[in-house]
Amino acid sequence: MEGQSVEELLAKAEQDEAEKLQRITVHKELELEFDLGNLLASDRNPPTGLRCAGPTPEAELRALARDNTQLLINQLWQLPTERVEETIVARLPEPTTRLPREKPLPRPRPLTRWQQFARLKGIRPKKKNNLVWDEVSSQWRRRWGYQRARDDTKEWLIEVPGNADPLEDQFAKRIQAKKERVAKNELNRLRNLARAHKMQLPSAAGLHPTGHQSKEELGRAMQVAKVSTASVGRFQERLPKEKAPRGSGKKRKFQPLFGDFAAEKKNQLELLRVMNSKKPQLDVTRATNKQMREEDQEEAAKRRKMSQKGKRKGGRQGPGGKRKGGPPSQGGKRRGGLGGKMNSGPPGLGNKRKGGQRPGGKRRK
Amino acid sequence: MDALDRVVKPRTKRAKRFLEKREPKLNENIKNAMLIKGGNANATVTQVLKDVYALKKPYGVLYKSKPFEDQTSLEFFSKKSDCSLFMFGSHNKKRPNNLVIGRLYDHHVLDMIELGIENFISLKDIKNSKCPEGTKPMLIFAGDDFDITEDYRRLKSLLIDFFRGPTVSNIRLAGLEYVLHFTALNGKIYFRSYKLLLKKSGCRTPRIELEEMGPSLDLVLRRTHLASDDLYKLSMKMPKALKPKKKKNISHDTFGTTYGRIHMQKQDLSKLQTRKMKGLKKRPAERITEDQKKKSKRVKKN
Repeated sequence: MEGQSVEELLAKAEQDEAEKLQRITVHKELELEFDLGNLLASDRNPPTGLRCAGPTPEAELRALARDNTQLLINQLWQLPTERVEETIVARLPEPTTRLPREKPLPRPRPLTRWQQFARLKGIRPKKKNNLVWDEVSSQWRRRWGYQRARDDTKEWLIEVPGNADPLEDQFAKRIQAKKERVAKNELNRLRNLARAHKMQLPSAAGLHPTGHQSKEELGRAMQVAKVSTASVGRFQERLPKEKAPRGSGKKRKFQPLFGDFAAEKKNQLELLRVMNSKKPQLDVTRATNKQMREEDQEEAAKRRKMSQKGKRKGGRQGPGGKRKGGPPSQGGKRRGGLGGKMNSGPPGLGNKRKGGQRPGGKRRK
Repeated sequence: MDALDRVVKPRTKRAKRFLEKREPKLNENIKNAMLIKGGNANATVTQVLKDVYALKKPYGVLYKSKPFEDQTSLEFFSKKSDCSLFMFGSHNKKRPNNLVIGRLYDHHVLDMIELGIENFISLKDIKNSKCPEGTKPMLIFAGDDFDITEDYRRLKSLLIDFFRGPTVSNIRLAGLEYVLHFTALNGKIYFRSYKLLLKKSGCRTPRIELEEMGPSLDLVLRRTHLASDDLYKLSMKMPKALKPKKKKNISHDTFGTTYGRIHMQKQDLSKLQTRKMKGLKKRPAERITEDQKKKSKRVKKN
């Protein structure tokens, strides 16, 4: 008797469960496709029920919609949930439907002139604080910008330097200098921008559809077309006002075998003189600058690699831990080569690196 | 116009943020839609546009343009308001109640599909409670027509693009409020929107009841102007950074078994440490007899 009642209880429990599930299950021939990231469901079943509904299929549409929505909700309720500020929130997966973008992919900008130079020399940006103590007004002021700390155009008293014209307006001179600096900065910014744009355009495979070509492109295209005949453009007539193309001559020019004897004699004597002279014809300035630049490049590349590896591995000390600090004044060769572009920069220029290496990337000899 | 924007340097941080928001990015913003009322739009079309605007708030703008809409002015508007989806409504004798829905890529027209409105019941006419604006709707497409023709497939993708809301990673389960249901049947597309009512069902997942809420449209597909294949491919290009990373050395077979691969160095099999079985170990007496056997063999050979 008890066994029977237990069985009955179990059967009843199962029936209850089935009934409950009945309320949320929907029978479909083909399974729906779900894209939960977009809250999207696609039903591929042909809508046969609707076909026979007639001109106003509202009720059938609603029934179909209810079924489909029930299936979608069933799927959504199976997602992992978390509790965020007293509400239950489901975590959605990534949307799987591929949709077109609205703008093209961002292209990497070419480096500006300063960035290229900094990369070459291995200069890193130094972290500076925004406010500087201004003695004159005895308050903290910005380092640059509106009401900055040391603004030399705002001084009320300027001494006339000894060698200047006494009737010159020193205030106007300072204002003029500032205007020139601003204009120069603006010019450089526009040049950087133009360079960035020029880099972006060639990605159109170098060719543009007609109507969008520039003057040079059209000229080049016309030249190439002219030369592409069987007789390599020799019998192509030019239009009445068309000018001859420039830059299409021979690429290398050699002297004729015998012509100007005097010039030939002069050239050969000069050559002998140079070979016999004791002093080297090497331009020391240029040579040392080239050497320095190469060394800087190598060092900067190594440092960059080191810092990348250091960042990845959590700032371990790289092999450059001990750095030989050379004396600030270099040897004789360098002194001779100070005529060219040499930017030694402030000593110990901020090479504070992660991992606590010793600062001071002083130049080695 | 873009070139002009860039040459002018933004003077404030706000202007800079505004420009940065509009430039191309890896993960894009949600697409804005512009709803344009043509010069000869009638009451139906106007009402449709207003209803869709209500659905798409705040990611939409409603415009009114007098002259007939051609492509260049569309592109100008899209640049001005940074919108990449549009819907244009007009009405003339040849094409009554016309609605053109389309999208743009890089401010040039990608796809345009023209639909005719047959039956329209507006939001105002249905006297039910509405859901708050800005909620993400659920989208359901029914009918096998949506996968058969290329036109219908593009239309489906366009409708998904248009009506899906912002992409979110978490969603409040109680906040799922409404559903847009598109059915393709007999050449017509039935667009219905319902409000969701969650009823108790005895287990965790609730039972759904629907209540008709929003605009309901019966649409007919008219002309289409789809993008060429290569332009479409270009617009679908995903940046490498966003592609899902493939896990190496793991493969699955058709039965669902997962296989992994391990790469080993070369092993010397003679020096391999196997299990020691003490019972099979040679006892000293046996070893001696074996040695004797070997010796006798050698003697015999010699």
